[in-house]
Amino acid sequence: MEFPILLTILLAPVFAALILVFVPKEEHMLIKSIAAAGTFVSMALSLVAYFTYNQEIGGLQFVFGHDIPWIKDLGVTFFLAADGISLPMLLLTNLIGFSAVFASWNITNRPREFFILLMLLIAGVMGTFIAHDLFIFLLFYEVVVIPIYILVIIWGSSKRVTKEYAGMKLTIYLLIGSAFLLVGVIALFVKTTALAGAPDMSFTGLAQVAQQLSRFDQIWLFALMLLGFGSLISMWPFHSWSPDGYAGAPTAVSMIHAGVLKKIGGYGLVKIAVYMLPVGAAFWAPYMAVLGVIGVAYAAMGALAQKDLKYVVGYSSVSHMGYVILAVACLNVIGLNGAVANMFAHGVMAALFFSMIGFIYEKTHTRWIPDMGGLARQTPRLAVGFMLAAMASLGLPGLVSFIPEFTIFVGSFQVYGGLAVIGIAGIIITALYVLRAGANTLFGPPRPEYVHLEDIKGPELVPLVVLGTVLVVGGFLPSLLFDMINSGVVPLHAAISDVLQIGGKF
Amino acid sequence: MPAISLTHYVVLSALLFSIGLFGVLTKRNAVAVLICIELMLNAVNINLVAFSKYVTPTDFIGQIFSIFVITVAAAEVGVGLAIIIAIYRNRLSVNLDDFDWLKW
Amino acid sequence: MLVEFAMQHAWLVPLLPALAFVIIVFLTRPFRKLSAIVAVGSMAVACFFATLAAYGIFTNHEYIEKPLVYATRWFSLGLPGMPDLRVDVGVQLDPVSAMMLFMVSFIATFIFLYSIGYMEGDPGYSVFFSYLSLFGASMLLLVISSNLLQMFVAWELVGLCSYLLIGFFTHKISAREAAKKAFVTCRIADFGLLLGLLALQIVFGTLNLTELAEKIEHFEEYTTFGMLTLIAVLVFIGPIGKSGQFPLHVWLPDAMEGPTPVSALIHAATMVVAGVYLVGRTMFLFHEVPSAMQLVAVTGGFTALFAATIAITQREIKRILAYSTVSQLGYMMLALGVGSLTASMFHLWTHAFFKALMFLGAGSVLHALHHKADVWEMGGLYKKMPITTWTFVIGGLAIAGIPPFAGFWSKDEILVAALNGGHYVLFAMAAFTAFLTAFYMWRMIFLAFFGEENPANHPHESPWTMTLPLVVLSVGAIGAGWLGTPWYNIWGEWIKFGHPHHGPVNYGAMLLSIVLAAAGIYLAYMLYLKDAKKKRARKMAEWFGPVYRMLYNKYYIDELYLWFNHALVDGTARLFYLFDIYVVDGIVNGIGAFARLSGDGLRVFQSGRIQNYVLIFFLGVLAVAVLMAFTGPSAASLVLGGVK
Repeated sequence: MEFPILLTILLAPVFAALILVFVPKEEHMLIKSIAAAGTFVSMALSLVAYFTYNQEIGGLQFVFGHDIPWIKDLGVTFFLAADGISLPMLLLTNLIGFSAVFASWNITNRPREFFILLMLLIAGVMGTFIAHDLFIFLLFYEVVVIPIYILVIIWGSSKRVTKEYAGMKLTIYLLIGSAFLLVGVIALFVKTTALAGAPDMSFTGLAQVAQQLSRFDQIWLFALMLLGFGSLISMWPFHSWSPDGYAGAPTAVSMIHAGVLKKIGGYGLVKIAVYMLPVGAAFWAPYMAVLGVIGVAYAAMGALAQKDLKYVVGYSSVSHMGYVILAVACLNVIGLNGAVANMFAHGVMAALFFSMIGFIYEKTHTRWIPDMGGLARQTPRLAVGFMLAAMASLGLPGLVSFIPEFTIFVGSFQVYGGLAVIGIAGIIITALYVLRAGANTLFGPPRPEYVHLEDIKGPELVPLVVLGTVLVVGGFLPSLLFDMINSGVVPLHAAISDVLQIGGKF
Repeated sequence: MPAISLTHYVVLSALLFSIGLFGVLTKRNAVAVLICIELMLNAVNINLVAFSKYVTPTDFIGQIFSIFVITVAAAEVGVGLAIIIAIYRNRLSVNLDDFDWLKW
Repeated sequence: MLVEFAMQHAWLVPLLPALAFVIIVFLTRPFRKLSAIVAVGSMAVACFFATLAAYGIFTNHEYIEKPLVYATRWFSLGLPGMPDLRVDVGVQLDPVSAMMLFMVSFIATFIFLYSIGYMEGDPGYSVFFSYLSLFGASMLLLVISSNLLQMFVAWELVGLCSYLLIGFFTHKISAREAAKKAFVTCRIADFGLLLGLLALQIVFGTLNLTELAEKIEHFEEYTTFGMLTLIAVLVFIGPIGKSGQFPLHVWLPDAMEGPTPVSALIHAATMVVAGVYLVGRTMFLFHEVPSAMQLVAVTGGFTALFAATIAITQREIKRILAYSTVSQLGYMMLALGVGSLTASMFHLWTHAFFKALMFLGAGSVLHALHHKADVWEMGGLYKKMPITTWTFVIGGLAIAGIPPFAGFWSKDEILVAALNGGHYVLFAMAAFTAFLTAFYMWRMIFLAFFGEENPANHPHESPWTMTLPLVVLSVGAIGAGWLGTPWYNIWGEWIKFGHPHHGPVNYGAMLLSIVLAAAGIYLAYMLYLKDAKKKRARKMAEWFGPVYRMLYNKYYIDELYLWFNHALVDGTARLFYLFDIYVVDGIVNGIGAFARLSGDGLRVFQSGRIQNYVLIFFLGVLAVAVLMAFTGPSAASLVLGGVK
């Protein structure tokens, strides 16, 4: 039996959390080191998995546990596997998870509990990306909700809204999303079991049957999934949890939430909703595209009106996710590639952005843009990180986010023409708000109260180094990312276009 | 003089029950409420015995059941008084209006 | 053999400055001198390779006719055999790119050298050189790109460098705002360009220049003429922003907030001509669409005249030069629009020398006067700063169009091209602009370098690292035009689009341009040097008060944009935000509030009083009993949920 790499990746943070339970709570350094070690193991192994995945063969690899029954009567197995779509997301989770530990390096309020919850959160998010069983997928998704809630209401910060409100909003939205999803999944399960005769919850097993469902069934099932995944990926008009939630959450949670958790929505849309219900997807695609474009423009305008740094990034992430929704709605190879790649790119960039804002907040005790200025002089490294994230956010070529955006533009321009143009116009507004935030924070005359600020150093540099490297390398060598995603998207697209072509008979 | 029929028992029991219920609903004193509950239980007992006598005179289910009720009622009074005494020690009151801590 | 190597490895040219950037950032940042040496050295080596490559191209007839392309896959989507989207990166060497490669690396080398002296004492010395190197790398990448997307990447990267360098003095609010303005303005233009590229990719399935050129020749197989026109116009929007054409020229004068070497390198010689270069590169597209060509020509001609009128009234030395750059870029566009790639690239080439020279001269002056920029406060600098003055005069003669200086030949070629193409209005505009150019340039020269000395100033000549580039560039400003004289036009043999026919030498146009230039200089002389008190100049400003103010305030276009941005864009943003927190969030919170309020309503029943509960309980039992009494058990069981 080969080495269960996915299981190890999944369990490393859980194991770290278990050890943390037994560490005395005063040992801050030890606590942080254990957390760092746990996430490092996951990150290193997911890098290994990423680069040893055989793209020539493609398909599911590193399969684990498809023969371990979980609930026999429902056909649930503890099925872990990775393909070209889930590996980038897994890698992303671990890059951000590792960085998030270091972004929380200066935490002094109950660090042990904080890191235990953070480890569980990371493990939960990872689980959703490597689960190949719909039930296990949902299970991990629910695992994520609890730590998020506790992390926000204890370690969060209250500005425009209180952290309790933010935590509540975040959690309730997540739960409403999962409620829709749950109804959809149960209905899907009942329908497919009736059709196939035997229960099977694995993605591939479900998909083979679900694709044969009648047009009517597919349409309403897809609608439920779209509501569930859509509110998770902050699709307009289900986006309003995102800015408030990120503003209230502590840095690490903002990073993970904006960086990867949100992407579960997009991942689910591609790998579950579209894959299993192509006919439904084809029916809803134009509506999705419209919602996506509205999200892009609307959230960009919203970001322009913000004065709180975290709100700027919060709205900007809604705007970027609009591109992902638009891309999924294309239902072609270019669009689906772009959607997954853009999730990866946005994850790296948003996490870097939030970690830098976290440091700024830690040092200046404010996130209010008009109260800042001239930070580039005192904290040049912080400024570099901030500008890198800002430039990636506005899609600067040479950074990881440009090519994904370009492919989304190509894909959507092909399918939706004029509608896509409105979405593409978002890049102008994005430039405007990102540069405004950057300029007013970093440049201009230095303020006397910030003259003695210390630049980030030592462990604080880790998020900048890790995520910054990915930003630049991914920007100049897009094939590193795209070849992988492509190897997952091509078979998926082949499957759905097969169904759509014979779909005429429904 | 007409014989005492089932109706008389039922009326008596209904009156007794109503008096007991009135007491339960209106009395402020917890001990009084307990006494009234006893009245209601006894009204039920009368019903049980009466129906047993007139409807199924050959077996004694009603009588047996009423003995159960009396037993349980005795136990209940014991527990109830104990609770009232415990509350009185805390609150120096047996007034039911003061007992609303479970309200959120 | 070395030439062969340079041609095959032309990618080394942008790579070297890129390496310098990395080295400076990660290694030599604390060591100021070393950083400068790394930057200058790498650019010099790059220049060496570029020269060899250019030599190889120009001496080989084969490469003049057919570009030399080395390309490889950057990324592709879809099945490997027949990808849905495939983008290549590569190097395309042909006369145009070889010329640019040489020009950019040559001028960059000397401006880097100049910066060693100019930036002396600045706390961000190493950072400055790292930015310069990054810029050099991006610009050279742009030049040799074989693919439009690759070009777009470089196009944005030079924009980034421009942003960073304009805002280099980060503590200045004006620099910060100018940098932002530059980026956003170019971004708006890039939106158009990006749409154009997307359309090209979707319609023709490739962005490789050579393939596009072949396919567009018979575009009917792929698309309609209308679509092609749209694409050409969209593509042209990018150059409008990058090359500071009306109406997106507003960022270029403000960009002078950056250090002077930056103005010379980026905002005069290289980056701003990227727009012209792009149009030149995609000439095969514009060539098919006469209306787009017309648009290019008119935009160029109008910008040339428009910027020249503004330049007349400006006071700051670098601002005058900036408007002159805008105006000269207009010339280049005009030349492209009338169909002469040769003339446009020729002017681009000569302009790079004399405008870089003049900017560096201005930098030398600012260095000496401690950044006092108003030309009216200068005067008589020629005594203390001879090298700066005389090289600047050479630049002035070149830009005014006095033979045999470089600008004359290229400007003449543009005028002739306009005339030959039958664009008489544009010809007249260009000719009048030539007159204005001579006038405002020499107004500046007379005011700043000649006349009486301002006693408040204590000028001194700059160090050799600054004067050497001036001298070298002034040699270029004199001789760069001799490559393309009407009598022996080797330039036209090298750089051309299609098969241009060479008409007879047009002595009339030549004479006209000399007369106009001389008249402009003479007028400036009369107003600003002969008349020592400048009475007449002041009087004229008074006579034409409203016009003067309008010109001095640049036609109030900046104010218009500012209003648009603040009132309209920010206002709309505010509206969206309010909509978000009151309507969208209102609904969300409303749902929450509904749940809470209904809970509040139901809470009345939880009084905490046992007796209330008992009463309700009893009434409930009573109701069921009554129901059972009147309707029988079946109906009651319905109410009780199936209990029988």
